[in-house]
Amino acid sequence: MATLELAISDDVAAAPARRRRSLGPLFWAAIGWIALVLAVAILAPVLPLPSPIDMDMLERRAPFSVEHWLGTHGPGRDELARAIFGARISLIVGLCAPVIGLTIGGALGLLAGYFRGRFEALVVGSMDVLLAFPPLILALAVTAYLGQSILYLTLIIGVLGIPAFMRVARASTLTLARREFVIAAEALGATHLRILLRELLPNVMLPLIAFFLLGVAVTIVAEGVLSFLGLGVPPPIPSWGSMIGEGRESLDVAPRLAFMPAIAMFLTVLSFNLIGDSLRALTDPRQGAL
Amino acid sequence: MLGFVARRLLYLLPVLLAVSLLTFLIASLLPGDLAYVILGDQATPEKVEALRHDMGLDQPVWWRYLGWLGHVVQGDFGRSFRTGQTVLQAVAERLPVSFELMIFAELIGLAIGVPLAIACAARSGGAFDRFMTGTAFAMLSVPTFLSAILLIYLFAVELRWLPATGYVPFAEDPAGNLRFFVLPAMTLALAEWPGIMRVLRSDMIATLQEDYIALAKAKGLTPSRILFVHALKPSSLTLVTITGINIGRLIGGTLIVETIFALPGIGRLLVGAIYTRDLIILQGVVLLVAAGFVVMNFVVDMLYAVLDPRIRHGHA
Repeated sequence: MATLELAISDDVAAAPARRRRSLGPLFWAAIGWIALVLAVAILAPVLPLPSPIDMDMLERRAPFSVEHWLGTHGPGRDELARAIFGARISLIVGLCAPVIGLTIGGALGLLAGYFRGRFEALVVGSMDVLLAFPPLILALAVTAYLGQSILYLTLIIGVLGIPAFMRVARASTLTLARREFVIAAEALGATHLRILLRELLPNVMLPLIAFFLLGVAVTIVAEGVLSFLGLGVPPPIPSWGSMIGEGRESLDVAPRLAFMPAIAMFLTVLSFNLIGDSLRALTDPRQGAL
Repeated sequence: MLGFVARRLLYLLPVLLAVSLLTFLIASLLPGDLAYVILGDQATPEKVEALRHDMGLDQPVWWRYLGWLGHVVQGDFGRSFRTGQTVLQAVAERLPVSFELMIFAELIGLAIGVPLAIACAARSGGAFDRFMTGTAFAMLSVPTFLSAILLIYLFAVELRWLPATGYVPFAEDPAGNLRFFVLPAMTLALAEWPGIMRVLRSDMIATLQEDYIALAKAKGLTPSRILFVHALKPSSLTLVTITGINIGRLIGGTLIVETIFALPGIGRLLVGAIYTRDLIILQGVVLLVAAGFVVMNFVVDMLYAVLDPRIRHGHA
């Protein structure tokens, strides 16, 4: 699992300055792909697809055909339907888990960066404890004991994202809290709550949302790994990770079974990374120095 | 410097203590009674009760934690109820495999990332630079298990050059041992080099704008001498810092790669313990890995402070 850490490595020179204000065609291609995946995932139950669960015993591991556009896998389930229903799992976990990190981590970071002192030390210290565990190992251990379900999967991956979101929110708050508009608000007698919600939060939200998109990419990979290892969503619910895991068994006879969901996952992760990185480049104040 | 080390050491202790508490809580508060797991099919209420009493499972959690911690501090992490091996024996047996894999992977990652970073920085903004930066970005979106599948397909299934799974100890057959490590290490290296390249490249571009580089150019030194001798070392600082972060990712990657390629390392021990619900091994290994990770990060912090005096004086 690529940790969320990697995404916040400040890679100033990597983003050329000219990309700052214009979002290139790649950005829009990424938006287009995400929109497509989202659309088919939401519409999956009403699309004219074969069932992703029903097995067609006469058409086992069948190649591409009119009936099965992307063929079938070993036990004879339709691959296209499985890929589309798998997208639902990836997106549900991928979008929900970072929301946990965004809200809890964001709130903790905002409060720690604004109030400083003992509270900040406590928050940073406890996040250090959480960061001490290699995230994948903790996720594996917990899912193994809680049992396999989408809810637990989302919760554990979400909790593991809290420290990274906390760091992003705290770092932005620390610099913002010294800015004139905050000092002015304090001088005008604004309450802490008002400063936090009206002055700081809107400004901290921008980098947090950019980071959220990178978090979605990391989460989709994390869910993929767990499902690939057979510790994600329970079968026969299809997920990209478990499809790749099953496809691995028949790499010699039907490599497409592993590669099709792999390509779908790669494109989705790449798209979220591209969008997140473009937004980060737009909002990152460090870019201004270039 | 001594004060800085002492401060960081003082901070290390509570973190390690909290890590041990969290590990214990995860392992003991989650559903699934250890006594039922051990007894399996033969679990009758009386037997379960007796075993729970023998193992001290009927004691309150905090008491069990203190007892466990007491043993851990003395180096006794417990014993697997499935294989009879102690946690330390099992870890010691498998650690060399994981280390070999990680070192191999890091070396390949550096061998790919460093030359590319230098080549990119030498002509930053050029066609090669833009192409490689794009490639590195795309590679960061390829999960480890995807590159593993791709490499297995290419080199083991299609070309039949390398084995897809298996392991022989280095002492028995050095060449065979290395052959088994090529694909797993390549898989991890594919995830490592983009990070290495990106960080080194941006630092190198900054270094190349320093005055002393201009001076070196004015003296008529060759570009390769400037790049390798004058610019590389001062540009490696960030690379050292991100090593700490990388280790965490590398440990996670090792776990996946060992499972896919059937290498008997720590990762496989852990996944095996999860599948067989071997709680003692699980909690011992998680604690050891997390503690090792914390200590390694501490060492990286120290290393960084040695390299950059601003850190230890608290200016950064």
